[in-house]
Amino acid sequence: MSEKDEASGFITRRGALIAGAAAVGGVLLARRFPRILPPTCGNVLRAGDSFTYGMQRAILGEHSLAKEYRLEDLTSFPATGTRDPGVGKGELAQPSEPALAESYRRIRDGAFADWRLPIEGRVAKPQAFTLAELKQFPPRTQITRHTCEEGWSAIGQWTGVPLSAVLAAAGVLPSARFVLFRAYDGWVDSIDMVDALHPQTILAYGMNGRDLPIPHGAPVRLRVERQMGYKSMKFLRSITVTDQFEDGGKDGNIQTGWAWYTGI
Amino acid sequence: MAEGPEEPGSSGGESHARWVRVSHWIITLSVLALAFSGFEILMVHPRLYWGKAGNDLTPAVLELPISRNYKHGGYDRPVPLTGSASGPVSANRTYDIFNQNGWGRSLHFLAAWFLVLPGLLYLLLGVLSGHFRTHLWPRVRELSPRLLWRDLAAPAGARNPGPVYGLLQKCAYSFVIFVAAPLLVATGLTMSPAVTAAVPGLLDFFGGQQSARTIHFFASAVLVLFVVVHVVMVVRSGFRRQMRAMTIGR
Repeated sequence: MSEKDEASGFITRRGALIAGAAAVGGVLLARRFPRILPPTCGNVLRAGDSFTYGMQRAILGEHSLAKEYRLEDLTSFPATGTRDPGVGKGELAQPSEPALAESYRRIRDGAFADWRLPIEGRVAKPQAFTLAELKQFPPRTQITRHTCEEGWSAIGQWTGVPLSAVLAAAGVLPSARFVLFRAYDGWVDSIDMVDALHPQTILAYGMNGRDLPIPHGAPVRLRVERQMGYKSMKFLRSITVTDQFEDGGKDGNIQTGWAWYTGI
Repeated sequence: MAEGPEEPGSSGGESHARWVRVSHWIITLSVLALAFSGFEILMVHPRLYWGKAGNDLTPAVLELPISRNYKHGGYDRPVPLTGSASGPVSANRTYDIFNQNGWGRSLHFLAAWFLVLPGLLYLLLGVLSGHFRTHLWPRVRELSPRLLWRDLAAPAGARNPGPVYGLLQKCAYSFVIFVAAPLLVATGLTMSPAVTAAVPGLLDFFGGQQSARTIHFFASAVLVLFVVVHVVMVVRSGFRRQMRAMTIGR
């Protein structure tokens, strides 16, 4: 076989391989995620994030569970970002609105008895839960690894109510695609229904067998175990179910330059 | 093609196949972007650990003085996180760390696709075409200290671009293609919470997420070292000629 023949033979084979791979990928994406892409494709980096999101949702199982550890595996756990939304100005990553700090101070000083978690948007029965009401749901306890985008990780035990149970109680409408969270430190972020309904996605009110400490997000934080730590928002203030992707405005991750999907 | 082990590093002269040239440059750009963004990511948390998890409140195996985050010590008083006084603690970070991971991470994973997808295609074509077997894989009988030394002592300028490769070239290329790059991808995936949920065996294999991160760092350092030596050899053996061979193929 001459060198030219060899080369052209490979180009044909490569062409066939590329076409085949593209076809399989396209079919997988289109069949499983008819409306998924893209949440945001604003620039090249975000397009890469969207591609990773699509590929992970297409290839990885939707119901796979994050590894759960044993009690002996618990590690020390830094409290980063907002440590207390009520402290006010001059601190790191505090709410941009003074009114939020004020309202957090009020509920914090009342031992969170006045805290309410409204569930709104595309639900049949919009309502607000107290902490005591959330604790009436069958709890779930899990020992998982918190993986921070910075590079560190920590293992903690979380107790809370599966988000799926709370969403079911509120009657999520069939058209719902995303669940958006707002926090007392001004943070806004959302997850898709795959993560929202995942059994390890919980509204956690307990950590390591005690009430959730304030620096770790009291009274209730989110746990999204198959994504980076920053998706597990602290200091929850409200939940909104949406049909459309919303970037959360100027406080949302997208506009501040952070990936929305962080499964990797 | 008939050169045996008696003439290591002597001739070269076959041209690079087009798919080799195309994948070479795609993967080159990807590796440069990965090294750049990877270094930025490491600067944010320049501490390395061994085991399942590790953070500023647990012991490190290595700390690198590569950003202001190095041993910043910006934590307030630790408080116990369980009933045990000697057990895990929590502490509030009071230090405003360097962190550009917003674009750094997105660039890293975007670039990683340009390593993984062309890399898989390259591996497939390398096997199907016989490129690996014929050109890259060192023969067992070549792996003698005498021949290795002879290749090491041979002047770089004596080499023509392209296959047939010298013994050290074969060893270096094979190491990068079959050991370093797959190890980097696998340890990278072991840091991913979504991937390890689907494939928990990765965590067991590498001894935990932080062990994988540490291996990832050292493997990337080896890869960067390879790139430096590779470029030096290209320059020493005739930069223009080598670049022509790897671009237009002549």
